[in-house]
Amino acid sequence: MSLYQLSKFLFQLNRDEDLKTRFKAGPQAALEPFGLTTEERDAILSHDIGLIYVLGVNGQILMHFAAFCGIEWSDYLQRMRDGVKHYGPVRAGIYTMQSGLDDKVAGA
Amino acid sequence: MALVFCGVCSHAPGITGRAERADPDLREPFYAALGGMRDGLHATRPDALVVVAAEHFANFFMNNMPAYALGMADSYDGPIEDPAWLGIRPRTVRGNPDLSRRLIAEVQQTVDVAYAEEWRFDHGIMVPLHFLDPNNVLTVIPGNINCQGPPLSPLRRAWAFGEAIRRAADLVPERIALVCTGGISHWPATPDSGMINEAWDRQFLDRWARQDKAGMVSYTDQATYCDAGQGGFEIRTFVAAAAAARGPGTVHFYAPIPIFAVGCTVGTLEIV
Ligand SMILES: [Fe+2]
Repeated sequence: MSLYQLSKFLFQLNRDEDLKTRFKAGPQAALEPFGLTTEERDAILSHDIGLIYVLGVNGQILMHFAAFCGIEWSDYLQRMRDGVKHYGPVRAGIYTMQSGLDDKVAGA
Repeated sequence: MALVFCGVCSHAPGITGRAERADPDLREPFYAALGGMRDGLHATRPDALVVVAAEHFANFFMNNMPAYALGMADSYDGPIEDPAWLGIRPRTVRGNPDLSRRLIAEVQQTVDVAYAEEWRFDHGIMVPLHFLDPNNVLTVIPGNINCQGPPLSPLRRAWAFGEAIRRAADLVPERIALVCTGGISHWPATPDSGMINEAWDRQFLDRWARQDKAGMVSYTDQATYCDAGQGGFEIRTFVAAAAAARGPGTVHFYAPIPIFAVGCTVGTLEIV
């Protein structure tokens, strides 16, 4: 588990045009220096928003990765909810989901 | 010369980015209240506007996280987000490093504030500026309270930061306006996005308006997360505003607008 490293990669990707270009050209190589676990790396490579959320990433970082992947806002919110359904509760950090799995809370 | 204006407002990106999806009967009165705040702010002819926000990893990250920061740059660019997503065109905002330096020096008498000569604005500052300074005429000095990467500074320290800003504003010859922007209860960018705890918000705003310091600083982060989401951590900015103004507050607008993912708030405080 390296929530900090995973968050750091997404934070850098959000702001660094060069990293964005390198990530698009060769995602595996661009991820290499961040020392992520296989699960974390796979989550990024497959744009698994739900798993990244369950791994504990703050939504203020994750929402930009979702946008980068071309995922629309309401879909982004639903994918996190689906992630909890599929992988279980948030595993690290403090940002656990508070509503019930099938609650409808989104204003979207 | 003095602190000449003190107010608070929400800053959620949906306020501009998802504007057309909101109920116009809620949206228009909210925008009108922000317009009223804009007029009140400009009527005080401030030489500079200090905007204390709670940014979302635009400049500060967990590699080196300041609890409190003030900007000291010539100019500031924003938004850091995609302008189309946020619904706000890019702008360069004029700063005043000399004034920043003097304010920071005084704030540091009681608060070990970090300073930053590079600072890019995210929606936390851009959304308020979009409404409060639509023509980009004001000199702006950004401030930040870490409300994103725990451990977060205690609420009573946010109060002390507000007190320090007030002291500094009263010491410099310039006319200083202060706008603090954040929460209140909301769960932005999480699967709970859209939840708003109106009762919690109204209780907090009541404490805020009455200058009930003990009530305002009594929340633990754990309780705030349960009752008000991680967006509730941003009450630190409202606490700082109350401490700076010292006078009673008026809530000009409050209404939960779920598509904006926040209880939308506009308030001003009497400066005494
Ligand atoms: Fe915020």
